[in-house]
Amino acid sequence: MAKSFTQEFVKGLWEEIPPFRLVLGLCPVLGVTTTMENGIGMGLATTFVLLCSNVLVSLLRNIIPSKVRIACFIIIIATFVIVVELLMQAYTYPLFLKLGVFIPLIVVNCVVLGRAEAFASKNSLLPSIADGLGIGIGFTLSLAALGALREILGTGTFYGAMVFGPFFKPFTFMVQAPGAFVCLGLMLCVMNLFGSK
Amino acid sequence: MGYFEIIISTIFVNNILLAQFLGNCPFLGTSKKMETAVGMSFAVVFVLVLAGVITWMIYYFILAPAGLVYLRTIAFILVIASLVQFVEMFLKKSIPALYAGLGIFLPLITTNCAVMGACVLNVDQELNFMQSLVASFGYAVGFGVALILFAGIRERIMLARVPKPLQDTSIGLVTAGIISLSFYAFKGMV
Repeated sequence: MAKSFTQEFVKGLWEEIPPFRLVLGLCPVLGVTTTMENGIGMGLATTFVLLCSNVLVSLLRNIIPSKVRIACFIIIIATFVIVVELLMQAYTYPLFLKLGVFIPLIVVNCVVLGRAEAFASKNSLLPSIADGLGIGIGFTLSLAALGALREILGTGTFYGAMVFGPFFKPFTFMVQAPGAFVCLGLMLCVMNLFGSK
Repeated sequence: MGYFEIIISTIFVNNILLAQFLGNCPFLGTSKKMETAVGMSFAVVFVLVLAGVITWMIYYFILAPAGLVYLRTIAFILVIASLVQFVEMFLKKSIPALYAGLGIFLPLITTNCAVMGACVLNVDQELNFMQSLVASFGYAVGFGVALILFAGIRERIMLARVPKPLQDTSIGLVTAGIISLSFYAFKGMV
């Protein structure tokens, strides 16, 4: 329990990086990563919710009765999801349209609820902030990596810029639904290959 | 849209698991054994149809007239969570046999994004009451079909020799990709 701020933070970047180490919250991972931009946007939105909900849950952890804690966590998370929804509608409307139904669905993202239950409800404020930031950034990195891979192979661009020149024939498979599953499955395989040393 | 088209569209063309990517956690989590997959599928059909109807009524009779549409997310998740709790208590008291079958899967449904997602999609597409009832049923059946198919294949994979890094979730995802590819054949039907 006596881990430092940095240790809690770094843990989210490799040791417990979602969705590879913790296989949770797969829906946005598969659904929005057709381009890197979408992946980063979704990741940042999730990080914001994760950080805010971790802070609030950690501050209220001695007040919330343990019998109704899950319901309380869900209400806290839902509140911040609405905040994100309204903010994105106001400032990044095109991205909001692209992410569509997945923004309200952050509320049922198991990663967010999982961290509230498993970490923030048992730890004080500082470690919870570190945990929220770490896991959130880890999640953003995974989404960005998957998005970049699918974008490069599927449309031949990287963050909107051409990579291979005009003669490249893109694998449309990668940006469509089946490609998402196969791509994530193979990335998980590569992670296991390096992780099991 | 006619009801028949909605059914075909929600079960096959826009399958909630394989084309919309909603509800993937239980898809991978409960598909290792056929029994759990069947239990989960029936629990989802039961809850999703109820949730679809109730959230539609809440949206159009309470939130929209009061101008509180932006509270949709919090209202829907509360409705779903309490609905699941209520269904659980009701089944425990009145139909114990069904409760024994579905029991352990019911609490899991609260955080199943297929349920929440279908409710949000119904409202987003501005379906009327009967249409969203039919669509909810279609989404739930689509979920069941995909989950049971996937569980059948996964049981066979258990017996096969899979390279170590590919085991479990990894090969599961690749398999799901191939099933999703086969559902692609339905594209353009509706």
